[in-house]
Amino acid sequence: MNTADLLALLPFLLVAGTSALVMLEIAAWRSHWLSLGITLVGLAAACGSLWLVGPLAPRKVMSLLILDQYALFYIGLILAATFAIAILCHGYLERHAETGEELYVLLLVATLGSMVLVASSHFVSFFLGLEILSVALYALSAYLHTRRRPIEAGVKYLILAGSSSAFLLFGMALIYAQLGTMDLSRLEGLLVGAQNSPLVLAGLTFIVTGIGFKLGVVPFHLWTPDVYEGAPAPVTAFIATISKGAIFALLLRYFYTVGAQHFRAVFVLFAIIAIASMLIGNLMALLQNNVKRILAYSSIAHMGYLLVAFEASGGMASEAVAFYLVAYFITTVGAFGVVTILSDEERDADTLEDYAGLFWRRPVLASIFTLMMLSLAGIPVTAGFLAKFYVVTAGASAGIWALILILVISSVIGLFYYLRIVATLYARRPEAAPHAEPHSTAGSYVLVVLTILLVWLGVYPASLLKVIRTVLPI
Amino acid sequence: MILLWLIVILFVGGVLAWAVARWSALASRWISLIAVSADFVIGLIVWLRSAGRVEILHQQAWLREVDWSWIPSFGIHFHLALDGLSLLLLMLTFLLGIMSVLASWTEIQDGVGFFHLNLLWVLAGIAGVFLAMDLFLFYFAWELMLVPMYFLIAIWGHERRLYAAVKFFLFTQLSGLLMLIAILALYFAHHAATGIFTFEYADLLGTPLSPHAALWIMLGFFVAFAVKLPMFPLHTWLPDAHTEAPTAGSVVLAGLLLKTGAYGLLRFVIPLFPGSAQAFAPIAMALAVIGILYGAILAFAQSDLKRLVAYTSVNHLGFVLLGIFAWNKLALQGAMITMICHGVSTGALFILVGGLQERLHTRELARMNGLWQTVPRLGGAGLFFALASMGLPGLGDFVGEFMILLGVYQKSTILTAVAAVGILASTFYALKFVQYAFHGPNDHHWTLPDLGVREAIIFTPMIIILLWLGLYPRPVFNTFNPAMETLQQHAEQTLEALRR
Repeated sequence: MNTADLLALLPFLLVAGTSALVMLEIAAWRSHWLSLGITLVGLAAACGSLWLVGPLAPRKVMSLLILDQYALFYIGLILAATFAIAILCHGYLERHAETGEELYVLLLVATLGSMVLVASSHFVSFFLGLEILSVALYALSAYLHTRRRPIEAGVKYLILAGSSSAFLLFGMALIYAQLGTMDLSRLEGLLVGAQNSPLVLAGLTFIVTGIGFKLGVVPFHLWTPDVYEGAPAPVTAFIATISKGAIFALLLRYFYTVGAQHFRAVFVLFAIIAIASMLIGNLMALLQNNVKRILAYSSIAHMGYLLVAFEASGGMASEAVAFYLVAYFITTVGAFGVVTILSDEERDADTLEDYAGLFWRRPVLASIFTLMMLSLAGIPVTAGFLAKFYVVTAGASAGIWALILILVISSVIGLFYYLRIVATLYARRPEAAPHAEPHSTAGSYVLVVLTILLVWLGVYPASLLKVIRTVLPI
Repeated sequence: MILLWLIVILFVGGVLAWAVARWSALASRWISLIAVSADFVIGLIVWLRSAGRVEILHQQAWLREVDWSWIPSFGIHFHLALDGLSLLLLMLTFLLGIMSVLASWTEIQDGVGFFHLNLLWVLAGIAGVFLAMDLFLFYFAWELMLVPMYFLIAIWGHERRLYAAVKFFLFTQLSGLLMLIAILALYFAHHAATGIFTFEYADLLGTPLSPHAALWIMLGFFVAFAVKLPMFPLHTWLPDAHTEAPTAGSVVLAGLLLKTGAYGLLRFVIPLFPGSAQAFAPIAMALAVIGILYGAILAFAQSDLKRLVAYTSVNHLGFVLLGIFAWNKLALQGAMITMICHGVSTGALFILVGGLQERLHTRELARMNGLWQTVPRLGGAGLFFALASMGLPGLGDFVGEFMILLGVYQKSTILTAVAAVGILASTFYALKFVQYAFHGPNDHHWTLPDLGVREAIIFTPMIIILLWLGLYPRPVFNTFNPAMETLQQHAEQTLEALRR
């Protein structure tokens, strides 16, 4: 550990330090705006420090973490998304006076965990990052402790995530027992030679199970709709984007580094998971009437699409995943941002009824929500379209036509419920008695910025693609 | 540059129309009208200026072109180009665009601004489809025109609007995605053969493909266009969407959206995959003939006036499909004329039905009868457009269908004979339309306002165009021929490249 190592760890130190600082600030003097301010400054500083770390990359810090361009890209993405979610949290918390500012502490801790995940190069840091993330998320999901649903969500998440961690640990132990190392760079050579060993295969399967739980893919998806529905809307945004995105980045790094995606058993396993997620996610979403649950099932399907890109393997696949995740982050934070802004002190705005005729009352908010839905559906002018195009292109270049065909069919099924939400937004109904609908100025700015990004990436993605191309070789 | 302006004017006009509607609905209508008219005038100027050039420039040179790099890492270009084929369809787009704005002048009363935003954006998407020469850009525009069309149907449509809108969207989206897969397959096949990643139309022409791959890729394209066209048996979205849409929506759907399917066949399917298209032609032509008869019979069987008009599109576009797959000069010229005339005559019929519905608040033929006595001028217009639609000699539709039959005769006598029966069948529905709606005693004692000034302004140019194309279609052929010959050359070249 020398100064260069410390410098490389600067983003982590800044986020960790900010969380401690916010905690102290809360102990000394409660001020909602100040807590938010410190959080945002800390996140921005961490984001800025990426430019200091950039020239050092790739740098291995001990054997636990590797700070390469890949990690820095995802750390930047995570920090930016947290920044947006923190602002959304502010307006949401303002309406719940009884709960304090501790949410920002938890948010920062969870962010730290995700950052460790995307930079992890060792089973130990993998598990540490995962637990830092998960423990913070248990508390975040149950944050509104006076309501019933959030408690239910928190407990459910605790139990299922706990058991998935157990699977994961067991899988790691099995691989360690066979190969004698937990270091990714050493596994690289060893694993390919041992790919037919039953211990390794069992270990891989357990690890996939653990990761599958975190990603919420079929058949490990059962917690997703309940937690999405129960958790406070901005927290749901966090779970849907950052926690899943970080795990996916890690999945890609681990499997591509050791080349495990080429193992026949692993390929088939992921193909089955991808197909099941795409179909079941979209079909189940058709049956829902709750917007948060619809988005939950939609996220299951989206993880399935991402797995199609994963299956394509090769350079184009990791580019496609990176682009898809950027688009997915923007879209999902935007969609939950609208839900957040519309939620009042009683409950989250999660029934379709809450959105009926929204366009005629609040055209801008409804237009933003429309664009987010169209992006999830993959319609042009939005980033979601190019993201899906990228995934299909990656799949076509690898010749996995069956998976692509299922992707196409399931995304047409998906259109049904996205259109259903959109149609609700524009439905005409007799003027209801005007009641004060919740507003959040800061949150609205975030949404506008996200929408601009969404359209910009959808129309002119060349700049982001250039970044992705220079950054991404793992 | 001028091509980009055509699209930008519509986009910006739409946004402006939306923005001002807050203060004045009338201003919103005028802005839309001016925007579309400006495009129409620009198109007209380009056409007149090119009139001399078209004859001379036989070798492919686009009349106008814009080509910028867009997403370089995929080899995607923002490439718009105009030839005779695109030009004629663009003129039709803007003409019907003007008529749609006028037709909604009194019909649409709520959400006026958003309505015009959608209407103009649909037109922008359609213009993009007719101009795009990069397959990615083409797909982009293809998808882009769906969303505003969905809104037009879902928000301002009639009773079963949501069902119709979703059905329309799903049909086109699924077929569109199949086309995307086909585009990508072609893209990678081209890369495998040449080492270059490109979506450029001109480069992809003559891509060597195994017959098996070519057939599958061709089918991917074909399905997308056949759904739009619509070809029997993929037409089931059409009657619902056309019937439930507001008048302007029906005009745009029938007059323009269906033409994008025909355009795609002409521009992409046959020049890119001439071999497999030839092999597939007998099936496509048989389905076309079935569509001709089926459309005519079902149109005759309808009691809802708007649905009747909707089914006539299946009938007419069957002729277009037949002409395109016959792929000889006469048939192609006929297909082109039919496309334009169907756009005008069916568009006019939808506006007429919309006008009747606004007056009567019903579309049921049984509730009409004897309207001639109270609205003679409207009845006269109805008679004229119905006769045009059934192919009365002297009017445009006749020229088109007759030339298609002449062209197809060289390929297959049987198909020609059966398709000719289809023309006969179309007289039934046309006469039913006139007889049930306008003739007979005025049983229901309607007293209605007759054709107003606005409607007269809509119908007069449409009548003139149909007469002009029926009597002197030369200018259209002059514009279309060079483009058509280039397409045929492309197909020939691709075939030769494949033989080698």
